[in-house]
Amino acid sequence: MSERQIQLEVLRYNPETDSEPRFQTYSVPCLNEWVVLDALNYVKDNLDTTLSYRWSCHMAVCGSCGMMVNGEPKLACKAFIHEYGDQIRVEPLANFPIERDLVTVVEDFIAKLASVKPYLIPKEDKPVSAGEFKQTPAQLLTFKQYTLCINCMLCYAACPQYGLVPEFIGPAAIALAHRYNQDSRDGGRDERQEVIASHEGVWECSFVGACSEVCPKHVDPAGALQQVKVASTIDWYKEHLMPWVKK
Amino acid sequence: MEIIKTDVAIVGAGGAGLRAAIALAEADPKLRIALVSKVYPMRSHTCAAEGGAAGVIKSDDSLDLHFNDTVGGGDWLCDQDAVEYFINEAPKELIQLEHWGCPWSREPNGSVAVRPFGGMKIKRTWFAADKSGFHILHTLFQTSLKYPSIQRFDEYYVTDLLVDDGRCQGFTALEIRSGEMRQFQAGAVIIAAGGAGRMFPFTTNGAIKTGDGMALAYRAGAPLKDMEFVQYHPTGLPNNGILLTEGCRGEGGILLNKHGRRYLQDYGMGPETPVGQPVLKTMELGPRDRLSQSFWHEQQKGNTVSTRWGDCVLLDMRHLGEKKINERLPFVRDLSISYLGMDPVKEPIPIRPVVHYCMGGIHTDIKAATPLPGLFAAGECACVSINGANRLGSNSLTELLVFGRRAALSAIDHLQSGLPASKDAVLAAQAQDSAGRIQALFDKNGGTESISGLRSEMMHTMEEGAGIYRTGEGLAATCEKLAELRQRYAGIEIHDKSRVYNTDLMQALELGSMLDCAEAAAVGARDRQESRGAHQRLDFTARDDQKFLKHSLAYYHPKEPARIEYLDVVITKSQPGVRDYSGAKK
Ligand SMILES: Cc1cc2nc3c(=O)[nH]c(=O)nc-3n(C[C@H](O)[C@H](O)[C@H](O)COP(=O)(O)OP(=O)(O)OC[C@H]3O[C@@H](n4cnc5c(N)ncnc54)[C@H](O)[C@@H]3O)c2cc1C
Ligand code: SF4
Ligand code: FES
Repeated sequence: MSERQIQLEVLRYNPETDSEPRFQTYSVPCLNEWVVLDALNYVKDNLDTTLSYRWSCHMAVCGSCGMMVNGEPKLACKAFIHEYGDQIRVEPLANFPIERDLVTVVEDFIAKLASVKPYLIPKEDKPVSAGEFKQTPAQLLTFKQYTLCINCMLCYAACPQYGLVPEFIGPAAIALAHRYNQDSRDGGRDERQEVIASHEGVWECSFVGACSEVCPKHVDPAGALQQVKVASTIDWYKEHLMPWVKK
Repeated sequence: MEIIKTDVAIVGAGGAGLRAAIALAEADPKLRIALVSKVYPMRSHTCAAEGGAAGVIKSDDSLDLHFNDTVGGGDWLCDQDAVEYFINEAPKELIQLEHWGCPWSREPNGSVAVRPFGGMKIKRTWFAADKSGFHILHTLFQTSLKYPSIQRFDEYYVTDLLVDDGRCQGFTALEIRSGEMRQFQAGAVIIAAGGAGRMFPFTTNGAIKTGDGMALAYRAGAPLKDMEFVQYHPTGLPNNGILLTEGCRGEGGILLNKHGRRYLQDYGMGPETPVGQPVLKTMELGPRDRLSQSFWHEQQKGNTVSTRWGDCVLLDMRHLGEKKINERLPFVRDLSISYLGMDPVKEPIPIRPVVHYCMGGIHTDIKAATPLPGLFAAGECACVSINGANRLGSNSLTELLVFGRRAALSAIDHLQSGLPASKDAVLAAQAQDSAGRIQALFDKNGGTESISGLRSEMMHTMEEGAGIYRTGEGLAATCEKLAELRQRYAGIEIHDKSRVYNTDLMQALELGSMLDCAEAAAVGARDRQESRGAHQRLDFTARDDQKFLKHSLAYYHPKEPARIEYLDVVITKSQPGVRDYSGAKK
């Protein structure tokens, strides 16, 4: 197993003692098959127990370990050491306030997710005893991709708009709204559309597509955003130019 | 210390905790619900479950068949009244999830699809591709946002239960962000804090699965049940323990030794079935305990493939073809390529057994109530027991739902039973004690032990002594080692002196939980002188129903080893029999 000595440059910040963030470099013997998270765990277990970061699953599904690796938003558990040189710089996710070291404050993101009513608002009420709603594989396919979001927030870290206008509701929240809007069982689109359209919402997006590029789960939030925009535009036309057409 | 007063406080916001919270909110919108979790809900380890959730839905299936599979799969250590309740409720819960939007995979006609799973005689595992737990967790989390009465406390680490007047009345928790202690006062507490697989070095379990919930209840006097039963999943990636779901075999993947032989036929699970046409409940679709044990025997015989990550066998899925793999097992393909650099479409994947699931946990009755009034438990941290000596894959996700809800209903009954007023001063004093304990740990200087050092010694001794096959001698050594480690734990020191997001402190507390759970498991295993399900003794190779058709109950002592008592298994209609996974049987 090939081993390589990596200089891991980690942003450190302790709000109780530091006036501003600084970098600390650790020399870490890495196996080539390791991910950046393994290197951080090596530091935590062997070199410096005071380093703080979030992680749990180590399989790119819990969404905890988003951070900037050499300036790009990545999941630390899916950023492979062999894809980097001997110097790796790790920082907390961009566009979020730093809580401590690599830990960011994520309340804003959680609140945005919650704001889009991300739950099924059923078209028809049906008791459990009446069995499942039918949904064909083709119907499932129309929204399945948008269900894959692990809430890792990499897309927010990549989004220039979120960086400039923190009120922007952002890629993942819009993709989630779109996920329910597209679900054949759902009848809540109008309610959600109101939130999105009124919010510092879709109109702010300048469609650079950075969000989709960094998304580790191929959710394509940019695509969702585009579709939501088109849908909102059609709504607007229907309402304002053709009021006789029902939405 | 800030006091948060609620009606029901829940420890854990994974599948079980979220389901409980929703059931409470639906039953009575006026109930005040505190949902407390050391991670944001969607980080809970339920997200890692891949394969699916079992529940009878199709016309060729029946509740009786699900019952028989579960009880036999559990080697008759399941409580049969609990299993019966479980299988009855299972379909309702899965449909309920469907109504909440869970993107279950579908048949062409739009009904939900089911897949075969190990040890199940009929296809009855509902799945959402190979991200079933992920979708269940997110569906529950998103649905929970509908209910304003569910107040979340994300990133709060629960440290101690508050018990007065013989009942549980809340707990203390550390707000991780500020380092401040909080007192939660509640009429009822539900623990849904997940498993403890991190006691072992090689596991599919995420970093958060440290048995905190079990330790909370255990230290407060509620016993841990059947802790000696730890499930190894037969197919983990050899380098890091990432799971390749049983769905791989359900879809037709086969297991080969280094000679290319489907070796399972040599361990009572044959005759060989045609490649790509899996037959239920035999060969690759045998139960997990048997499959993991067969690996061990193959290793003894020198039939395993040696890789740089140790001995492996091969999981071959090539014959499924790219299309089916992409459709049914996309995550498996992604994980294999990313973490092992091998594509299941093109080559067999080396795998080996990996610690996966705790059958044991907090002793509860069929109503999810622990012996401590006011304390309820559900999910992997609890032992009802529907899993007996060996859980069947895909029963656990369903269990979260069924018993998460059940715990909520029982908590409401408890609230309505006319509880006497709580003695606030007594509870506050207990909370102060708990805060004092954490503060002392935090303040201590000049420690002699490192947290990671003790942790790896614990993991090592668990793997050595309490692995797939066990001996009296090995277990005695492990028990002794764990007793030593529990003592040495007093010598740790928290080097991180910051209040804010102190993961050093959290790891110390988690290690404390794991040591207590590990000790209960090892002592239980040492004293269980028989082989049953996932507990296999080389010195007592047969199942012994005379002596051990019983649950073990481990009682806590801060300094002494666990005290073990036994409790009869509830048998209603299925007498202990032979577990037959040979396909020849008709
Ligand atoms: C890789 C993998 C695949 C699996 N696949 C399947 C499958 O296909 N089918 C199946 O049926 N089962 C499967 N299982 C098993 C199943 O997923 C788990 O048993 C189940 O998800 C556990 O859910 P839970 O709600 O009990 O706990 P978790 O989801 O683990 O949640 C525990 C919660 O407790 C909280 N918590 C813990 N300690 C504390 C504390 N001290 N203070 C505050 N909060 C705390 C955590 O923050 C978390 O919110 C799988 C397991 C793994 C690991
Ligand atoms: S859309 Fe992609 S990048 Fe954004 S939070 Fe979801 S998974 Fe992460
Ligand atoms: S640790 Fe879960 S996504 Fe990286």
